[in-house]
Amino acid sequence: MQFSGGKRKKLRLTGDQRTVSYPHSLQFYLEPPSESISLIEFESLAIDRVKLLKTVENLGVSYVKGTEPYRSKLENEIRKLKFSFRENLEDEYEPRRKDHISHFILRLAYCQSEDLRRWFIQQEMDLLRFRFSILPKDKIQNFLKDSHLHFEAIPFADALDLFRGRKVYLEGGFAYVPLRDIVAIVLNEFRAKLSKALALTARSLPAVQSDERLQPLLNHLSHSYTGQDYSTQKNAGKISLDQIDSLSTKSFPPCMRQLHKALRDNHHLRHGGRMQYGLFLKGIGLTLEQALQFWKQEFIRGKMDPDKFDKGYSYNIRHSFGKEGKRTDYTPFSCLKIILTNPPSQGDYHGCPFRHSDPELLKQKLQSYKISPGGIHQILDLVKGSHYQVACQKYFEMIHNVDDCGFSLSHPNQFFFESQRILSGNKDIRKESIQPETPQPKPSVQKAKDASSALACLNSSLEMDMEGLEDYFSE
Amino acid sequence: METFDPAELPELLKLYYRRLFPYAQYYRWLNYGGVIKNYFQHREFSFTLKDDIYIRYQSFNNQSDLEKEMQKMNPYKIDIGAVYSHRPNQHNTVKLGAFQAQEKELVFDIDMTDYDDVRRCCSSADICSKCWTLMTMAIRIIDRALKEDFGFKHRLWVYSGRRGIHCWVCDESVRKLSSAVRSGIVEYLSLVKGGQDVKKKVHLSEKIHPFVSKSINIIKKYFEEYALVDQDILENKESWDKILALVPETIHEKLQQNFQKCHSSLQRWEYLKQGINCQDNTKNDKCGPWLEWEIMLQYCFPRLDINVSKGINHLLKSPFSVHPKTGRISVPIDLQKVDQFDPFTVPTISSICHELDAISINDEGREGNEAESDIKHRTRDYKKTSLAPYIKVFEQFLEKLDKSRKGELLKKSDLVTTPVWEQ
Repeated sequence: MQFSGGKRKKLRLTGDQRTVSYPHSLQFYLEPPSESISLIEFESLAIDRVKLLKTVENLGVSYVKGTEPYRSKLENEIRKLKFSFRENLEDEYEPRRKDHISHFILRLAYCQSEDLRRWFIQQEMDLLRFRFSILPKDKIQNFLKDSHLHFEAIPFADALDLFRGRKVYLEGGFAYVPLRDIVAIVLNEFRAKLSKALALTARSLPAVQSDERLQPLLNHLSHSYTGQDYSTQKNAGKISLDQIDSLSTKSFPPCMRQLHKALRDNHHLRHGGRMQYGLFLKGIGLTLEQALQFWKQEFIRGKMDPDKFDKGYSYNIRHSFGKEGKRTDYTPFSCLKIILTNPPSQGDYHGCPFRHSDPELLKQKLQSYKISPGGIHQILDLVKGSHYQVACQKYFEMIHNVDDCGFSLSHPNQFFFESQRILSGNKDIRKESIQPETPQPKPSVQKAKDASSALACLNSSLEMDMEGLEDYFSE
Repeated sequence: METFDPAELPELLKLYYRRLFPYAQYYRWLNYGGVIKNYFQHREFSFTLKDDIYIRYQSFNNQSDLEKEMQKMNPYKIDIGAVYSHRPNQHNTVKLGAFQAQEKELVFDIDMTDYDDVRRCCSSADICSKCWTLMTMAIRIIDRALKEDFGFKHRLWVYSGRRGIHCWVCDESVRKLSSAVRSGIVEYLSLVKGGQDVKKKVHLSEKIHPFVSKSINIIKKYFEEYALVDQDILENKESWDKILALVPETIHEKLQQNFQKCHSSLQRWEYLKQGINCQDNTKNDKCGPWLEWEIMLQYCFPRLDINVSKGINHLLKSPFSVHPKTGRISVPIDLQKVDQFDPFTVPTISSICHELDAISINDEGREGNEAESDIKHRTRDYKKTSLAPYIKVFEQFLEKLDKSRKGELLKKSDLVTTPVWEQ
């Protein structure tokens, strides 16, 4: 892929014609795409794929790979995001094209460090493995043939790892490999090739990064959790200040619920808390005027001088709305950011309760929220396994009384949004979860079991930025 | 047969290299039809001269160059190495890193000393007819696998001259194999693992791979005579204790009692089989003969030296080289007559030189023409010595190579190019 300079919005990818044929629903991404796409499409394709890979990651933690809930949820997500899916569907051109292009865009974003590369390769492999697993047997033959892989008889020199340990039958210089081993070989090949390709991409990255249209986008992709940053004020003005108290118990994630309560109790929050909570409120729809009013009211109750507020704090609030200084419209913090950065100290109420609270205190807090003992137990188990966001999902499920929250939590505003959807009786939520009419306790217990027994990959975002990612690659 | 006296080597070798060494056939082999340019010229040879002087990176322009040098230097030992990117004798002129080993035959070296833990008759460099069967079994097992499993067509088995055998696999594609694949092949062919500190050296999985079962079937043909009679592995307490070390302790006492009652290894083996089959010999709770096979394999299965096979630049003793300690010629082994091969009847350099002298005396009487070229002499000379049948085996091997090459060339091009080689 080459990027022409200039300030044009249209991004031209050099290459030949637009006609690229995608004969199969899955591919090895051997050839980069060669067509022109708009920057907007570039961004949206990339964001969708990040969402997909994040789902792959989360599902891989919450469920045993290959089991029914894992497969159906992943299938749902693929369909929802309109990626290529089944082999014999009509009109698969667009989804396959999307799959193809988005993969290559993400190579640019995720080639930049060893950690990012490992994460990307792991999720792509899991995705490919899943797609293989749903391919009907006869289609596998075709796919492999088209990808120039023989699997009936492989010249022994090409099947070194198989014949050396006498794992396959050799005759006349050919190894005869059973189909299930083929997939393993193929995936290994894929991993090796992708790893090499990413290393190569990294080398040519400076050229890409010098393109000012792409650089912020690529950084954003790999560093933040996903595209939805809740900074667009879609709901601006739809919340009134007097709703906030009730919303905080019904629809706020525990981190914000705790911040709101602290603000109400103490009529004050320190800087970390103001940032985290203030941006969250912006994300749920508070306008600048509302925000100023909200904070001022509360701080004045704390016997603060109104002038002092105007001089000191209102500037900061306006700043966070992008109305001061360099006018960056700050985005509400994602779970990742809250969990990883700026841990709370004495007197702070920000952070993530699941991550930063003492388990005993957390337990008490959950009890005060009237969560059932069983639910508390499950949550504490998840916390012990460092699955903080899954624990928060569990909390969501408990307070909304659903068996499956139906989403992969990665942002406090997402929590709020999803909560509001349920509470406003949105039917979509029900459709996606595969729950029977009467919610049974079994699936959720199963899920917790799977979650705590899924040791191979640790929960998503947290571990990704933390220590080494060796665990991601235990098969 | 003349007894061999190493002190006579210089003289004997002189005669051998002038009158007996089969240069034409040798060149025909290593030139491989001249299809690849400079294949012979880039081949490394190493010589061990008198007083253990060792020189590497010898290379030659053609057959007559080879002859001249060998006659001049009179090497005690000749080794064959790889085909390199440049003429080995000019390797010092090549830019650092550019001089690379590129191709070589796949070779195997099976040495009797590696079996010292399981043969009772000899040890170290000694061999006898009782333990030679190990080599027979090795050839049968390895050759079958190379031929049937890997599809290798051109395999030359050679007696090393003292205590082992070598195999040279010369297929065109095989010469190009990487070190990794060569290692993989050795791994495929390996079943006996562990050094002195390991008692039980063979562990079979529940699922028996066809290579293993076919190898066991070959061993079965020889086991009784080789192990139970010749080696007498259950002859006395000292020897059967070694085998009991391979079976579960729970049956030791019973077996010891039964062994005392028996009079031969044959009988004791029957008791052993009864004891281990179906009692403690289970693989995942299934009854079966695994342990019996593991013992047989430990005592009979070939032991390969991976280091010899995996390196492309590894140097191995050349066929028709002389063994300086035994005087025996490294002769090809006729695969059709493997069971009859007797290392003790392999000609020594002294014996064939002696035979040559006897012939010459006769010939001179008849011919009287001493102006006849050495070459013509030589063509008849070796044929009249005990070396002849072995050279015939070699020629059959070369015929096959030629035929195969012609077939390949026909496939590749419309024109039939007839390889030319010097006679």
